Amino acid sequence: MTDLRVVGGDLLPPADDRRHLLSVADLSRDDIERLLSTARSFVHSQERDNKKLPTLRGRLILNVFYESSTRTSSSFELAAKRLSADTMTLKAAGSSVDKGESLKDTALTLSAYDPDVIVLRHPEAGAAHFVARTTEARVVNAGDGKHQHPTQALLDLHTMREALGRLEGLHVAIVGDVLHSRVARSLVQALRLVGADAILVGPPALLPPGLAPATSDISAIADADVIYVLRMQKERMLEGANFVPSLREYTARWGITPERVREGQRVMHPGPMNRGVEIDARVADSDAALVVDQVHSGLVVRMAVLYDLLTTGPVAVEAALGVA
Amino acid sequence: MLAGRTGSDNIVIRGARVLDPVEGLDATLDVRIDNGVIAQLGAGIDANGHRVVEADGLILAPAFIDPHVHLRTPGREDEETIASGTAAAAAGGYCAILAMPNTDPVVDNADVLRSLRARAAEEAHVPVGFMAALTRGQNGAELTELGALADAGAAAFTDDGRPVAAAGVMRRALQYNAITGRMIAVHCEEQSLTHGGHAHAGLVAAELGLTGWPSLGESLMVARDLDLAGETEQPVHLMHLSARESVEHLRRAHAGGIRATGEATPHHLCLTDEAVRTLDPNMKMNPPLRSEEDRVALLDAVRDGTIAAIATDHAPHSPEEKDVPFEAAPFGVTGLETSFAALNTQLIEPGVLRLETVLERMSAGPAAIFGLDRPRIAVGAPANLTLIDLGATWRVKPSAFRSRSLNSWLIGKRLHGRVRLTIAAGAVVFEL
Repeated sequence: MTDLRVVGGDLLPPADDRRHLLSVADLSRDDIERLLSTARSFVHSQERDNKKLPTLRGRLILNVFYESSTRTSSSFELAAKRLSADTMTLKAAGSSVDKGESLKDTALTLSAYDPDVIVLRHPEAGAAHFVARTTEARVVNAGDGKHQHPTQALLDLHTMREALGRLEGLHVAIVGDVLHSRVARSLVQALRLVGADAILVGPPALLPPGLAPATSDISAIADADVIYVLRMQKERMLEGANFVPSLREYTARWGITPERVREGQRVMHPGPMNRGVEIDARVADSDAALVVDQVHSGLVVRMAVLYDLLTTGPVAVEAALGVA
Repeated sequence: MLAGRTGSDNIVIRGARVLDPVEGLDATLDVRIDNGVIAQLGAGIDANGHRVVEADGLILAPAFIDPHVHLRTPGREDEETIASGTAAAAAGGYCAILAMPNTDPVVDNADVLRSLRARAAEEAHVPVGFMAALTRGQNGAELTELGALADAGAAAFTDDGRPVAAAGVMRRALQYNAITGRMIAVHCEEQSLTHGGHAHAGLVAAELGLTGWPSLGESLMVARDLDLAGETEQPVHLMHLSARESVEHLRRAHAGGIRATGEATPHHLCLTDEAVRTLDPNMKMNPPLRSEEDRVALLDAVRDGTIAAIATDHAPHSPEEKDVPFEAAPFGVTGLETSFAALNTQLIEPGVLRLETVLERMSAGPAAIFGLDRPRIAVGAPANLTLIDLGATWRVKPSAFRSRSLNSWLIGKRLHGRVRLTIAAGAVVFEL
């Protein structure tokens, strides 16, 4: 993971050796391989009766969530606990944010506890970069607006590799509301880094130009090894924008139904699913679906990310785990 | 139209390269100023008891006029005041600025305008022309009393910050404004295309997940306003142009005889939306930074005069407004204190624009558009001069700003070229 990149050239602030995970754009292929290999080591640790590792004992990991979350917040919290770190999860609702406290003041207040890592989810793009600039903590971006959600991309890669045995050369069709999806932005970049390719499929106005090859023809999913279904993000759509005339029309044209899934294809979804909208319940509950695997992956990948940010890297993990 | 003090300084500036492109003047000369008026140009001028400024190796040029400044007064004096904004202007080499009316309250009646002019007469470091709103409260619906406002000293009319959305209102404004002889300046934005936009609708915004503010959001309105100017046979000034398509429309309008003018900002001339990748809120402006193609089109237009003015769109914002995530930040950056140095460093030194072109577009260009006296270096002209050290290198530091706001796109940058002295309306208003 590279350092936070602040305005180019001679504008760099004093040397900063903190590492953050703000965007997949900051990662190299080596970074991804290292993180995935660390995550796989943790799979073994999670198969034991005593699932707890002492590695991050005494470290403090703060989860700060300005948007609702089930999977991401619970898996970061559990990941921290499994590594013996102290952890707190703060939700915007019920905190001083309700009283109008700015992100800057909340970040500075939490900094007073001297956290090693701040995991941040926020509705505005650039929030994680902002907190990385504002505090001394390492920052993990757990979703900022429509921008990035790098740990989701990493857990999706981990899931694909475990289920399909490889990443190189995989074809992934990302279907649905790409425009509002930070998951899609991170995943497209991550797939490119590991030698897989993505095609974007969905309604014309929901396919931002230039990210990857794109089509509105749903039959394009036929060639894919993985159909990656995105949630229709009604909460991020501006009122009256008319991206699609109705959800019914969306489902008829782009919904992932059993008829549209070919034998051998795997189906993924970052959750939460709108069953009956972007994905048919029969697909979601079928053997082709990897949705629960993704949740499992979320835990070990987030353990790997926290571990990687706070220790020297992959060499020590083997020793810590006692894995050959 | 300008409000402010006039000076009667006596000074001799010795040995500068005196450069006034419009006067065809480029020579190493001494300049003597008596009672705030240029009295003599020549070699070996007798100081005659005047203060002497040794200016070997420096450039003496007509001081700049910024036709697009937000002074935030009244209403947000924490961000800028007439005193602080004009001090910033003086430090940037400006001898006059035009202030936008989108304040709180809006400058939409003669009383507010008169009180601002009275304050400027007391506290402004350089003369200020106050623009008045085109519609009441900038509501885009009812015209202000353009005649009364012009009589009270309005420098021009604009609803800057927002467009006049309805074509019918804009048409009536252009028609009626014929009685005032003042310019109408327009902020071109079709809001149904730009609503929710944070950055230029291109690959960078797509990758960053920022809602796009497309070029068409500007150029569609540019085309409309040029057509309306043509139909009403009235002049119009297009503010802060950013898109290649807008430039093309303006060029076509000129060919068709429409009396339209345009301005561009230093940030649109120097940066592209690649700068937005930093998610630094000081890279967020309206209109947004666009592509390299757009930047090149703006540069071509500045070079050939299609765009006749460089304007900073100096837009101060408080730290609590700007020190937030990119998407939460308001649009706008400051520019008065860095404009010439930024253009010199990024465009003149690399040979993209000529020094003479930049000097003209920052001074005579805007003066002509708004009917202001052209700052000039000639015997008998009021002294409106800036003394520039092209060789000076300096780093932009927030602590050194005269502006009350720090939201510069150049914080930390090393720039070449520095204003050493500014004389506005016959008085030394800045000296480094």
